[in-house]
Amino acid sequence: MSARSHTDPWRLSGPFERNPDRACLVAYIMAGDPDLETTYQLMTTGLAGADIIELGMPFSDPMAEGPSIQRAAQRALKAGTTLKAVLGLVRRFRETDTVTPVVLMGYLNPVESYGYEAFARDAADAGADAAIIVDCPPEEANALADALEAARLSLIPLATPTTDARRLPMVLKRASGFIYYVSVAGVTGVKSADAGSVAEAVARIKAASRLPVAAGFGVRTPERAAEMARIADAVVVGSAIVNEVAAALDEGVSPVERVETAVWRLAEAVRNARLA
Amino acid sequence: MSVAASNAYAWPDERGRFGPFGGRFVPETLMPLVLELDQAYADAKADPSFQEELDGFLRDYVGRPSPLYFAERLTDHVGAANIWFKRDELNHTGAHKINNCMGQVLLARRMKKPRIIAETGAGQHGVATATVCARFGLPCTIYMGATDVERQKPNVFRMKLLGAEVVPVTAGRATLKDAMNEALRDWVTNVHDTYYIIGTAAGPHPYPAMVRDFQSVIGREARAQLMERTGRLPDAVVAAIGGGSNAIGLFHPFIGDEGVRLIGVEAAGRGLDGPDHAASLQGGRPGVLHGNRTYLLQDDDGQILEGHSISAGLDYPGIGPEHAWLHETGRAEYRAATDQEALEAFQLCSKLEGIIPALEPSHALARIGEISREVGKGGNVVMNLCGRGDKDIFAVAQHLGVRL
Repeated sequence: MSARSHTDPWRLSGPFERNPDRACLVAYIMAGDPDLETTYQLMTTGLAGADIIELGMPFSDPMAEGPSIQRAAQRALKAGTTLKAVLGLVRRFRETDTVTPVVLMGYLNPVESYGYEAFARDAADAGADAAIIVDCPPEEANALADALEAARLSLIPLATPTTDARRLPMVLKRASGFIYYVSVAGVTGVKSADAGSVAEAVARIKAASRLPVAAGFGVRTPERAAEMARIADAVVVGSAIVNEVAAALDEGVSPVERVETAVWRLAEAVRNARLA
Repeated sequence: MSVAASNAYAWPDERGRFGPFGGRFVPETLMPLVLELDQAYADAKADPSFQEELDGFLRDYVGRPSPLYFAERLTDHVGAANIWFKRDELNHTGAHKINNCMGQVLLARRMKKPRIIAETGAGQHGVATATVCARFGLPCTIYMGATDVERQKPNVFRMKLLGAEVVPVTAGRATLKDAMNEALRDWVTNVHDTYYIIGTAAGPHPYPAMVRDFQSVIGREARAQLMERTGRLPDAVVAAIGGGSNAIGLFHPFIGDEGVRLIGVEAAGRGLDGPDHAASLQGGRPGVLHGNRTYLLQDDDGQILEGHSISAGLDYPGIGPEHAWLHETGRAEYRAATDQEALEAFQLCSKLEGIIPALEPSHALARIGEISREVGKGGNVVMNLCGRGDKDIFAVAQHLGVRL
C-alpha cells in the first residue's frame, strides 16, 4: 500500500481526556452534501469548533432520519457519493488533521455491500475512529463488531428512551469509544426531550459503563446544547448543522462560512455551559 | 386429512432467521417494541380463543373459506395438467391482504394499542387495513407514496371513506419503499400507542413469520379442498410475488410435501436484462432493508433501487426473507413474467374464465400454461388468484390504448 495508514486507537478518547471539565461537541454532517469537496472544506474549516466529527455515510433509505438529513442524503447520492469515496475523504482529511476523531454514521446495507472486513480495514486505514450503524441493534451486531474490533475501530452503541434496564447491559456489552444516548423516541431533528428525563437516562447509563455518554437528537440551538452539556459528556448536533448547509445551498453560496459560524456558537455554548 | 404436513421445517429460528435471512435490523428505539410484539404474538398463537375469534371473523366478515375453482376452459386451452384457482379475490376488499390485516388488528386489540399505522403501494393493503380499523373503531394512518396516491385515486378515496387518514409520502422517490420508511419513522416516534400492520411477509421478526401464519389459511384451505376433490395433493402450487405474502401463504402448508413443487412468479417488468423490473431474487442480491436481511434490488454501492412493474403491488425492491431462503435451498422455484405477458394473461383469463384478475396474479397466470405442460395431463396445478382486477382496469385500458 502506498499511502500510509492513519489508524490511531487512542484518538477517539482524546477530546474527553483533554477536557475533563467540560462537555465535548460532536458535529454531524453528511458526506457528499452537496459534494465531497464541500464536505472536505467543512471538515477542515467549517467544523473547526467541534471536538469530534460525525460523518454521515449516505443511504437511500435512512429510516431513522427526519426530513433534513433525508434530504442531505439525497443530495449526496445525487452527487454520486459512494462509501469508497467517503473513506477517501477521511484519508484526505487525515493528511492535515491527525487529532480530531471521525465517527462514521450510517446504515447497514452499504457497509454489508462493501463487506464488513473490508470496510473495517479500509476505514481504519483511512483514519476513521468509530462507526455508528443505526439499523444494527446489539442482537445483530456481533459479526460487524468482530470486524471493527479486529481493525481497532470502535462500534458506538445507541441507547434510547425505550432501552430498559434489562436491555441496557446488552447494548453496552461491546461498546467502546463512547455511548450515544438518543434522547427522544423519534427521528433526527424533530422532537426535543426534557432535560430531566435525559439527566436520569444519562445517569443510568453512566452507572453501567465507564465510557463517556453523548446526548443527541433534537438539539437545535446553543441554549439547548448548553443544557445538554451540563448533563452529558458530549452533545451531538446534526440536523441543525445540516440545515445550515441546505440554507446556504438555497442562497447559492458556499456553506462553509455559515456552518463555521453556527458551529462556533454551539461550541461556545457547550464549552461555557458548566461555568455559569 | 390423510396426508399430514411434515414437521421437519421449523423456520424461523428464535432470532427470526431463515438460514442467513430475516432477523431484526431496526434502530434500538424499535427493538423493545419488536420484542414485545414477538411475545404478544407467541402468546396469542398459543391461546385457542385468539384463533377462534380470528376464524369467526374470517368466516363471517372476510368470507372464508374461499372456493377452489377448477378453471376448465383455461385447462382445455392449455391442454395439459388441470388448473385450479384458489379464489382469494372473492374475499372482502377483493384480495388476500385482509387475511393478514384481520389477524394483526385482533392482535393490536389484544395488546391494547389504540392507534394503527400501515404502508401501502397500490392501496390494497391500505384499503384492507382501513377496513379492519373501521370495523373495530380504531384510528388509522396510511402512508402512501405521493406518486402512488396520484396513480391510485380510487383506492385513496376508499381508504378515506373508511375513515383512514392517508398521508402522501414525498420523501425519496415517493413510492412503496418510501411509504414503508415513513411508517417506520412514525412508529419510532409514537412508540407508546401505535401498532404497525406491515402488509407483506417482510420486515423485522416476527413480521415475516406472523404474516405468513395469517396468510397460510390460503394454503391450508387449498390443500384440504384439493384433497377432497381429487384425493391427492397438487403437483405444483403457483403464486405471484412482490413482497411475497400471498405466495408464502399458499406455499407454507406444502413445504414438507416433497412432491409438491412451489413456484413463485416475480415481476420482470420490461425484462430482466434491463433495470426496469421488480425481480429481487432473480435480479438482486442479499442485503439489509426494512428490518430484514433478504434479496434486494441494489446498486454496487448498496443503495436501494426502485422496482418497476406494471403492477403497483409487485414493484417493491425486496422480498420476504423466507422466499430468499426457499430460493437458496432450492425448495421453491422462482420465475418471472414481463408486463406484456401479464397483460396478455389478464385478458386471456377474463375471456376464458369470466374472471378479471388483478395484475399481480396475472403474472402467475402468465406462467401457468408452461407449468401445466411441465406437470402434464392428469396432474393438478393450484394457482392463487390473490386479487380481483377492478382496481387495474384504468391502467390496463391505458396500456391497451383504450380511453375510458
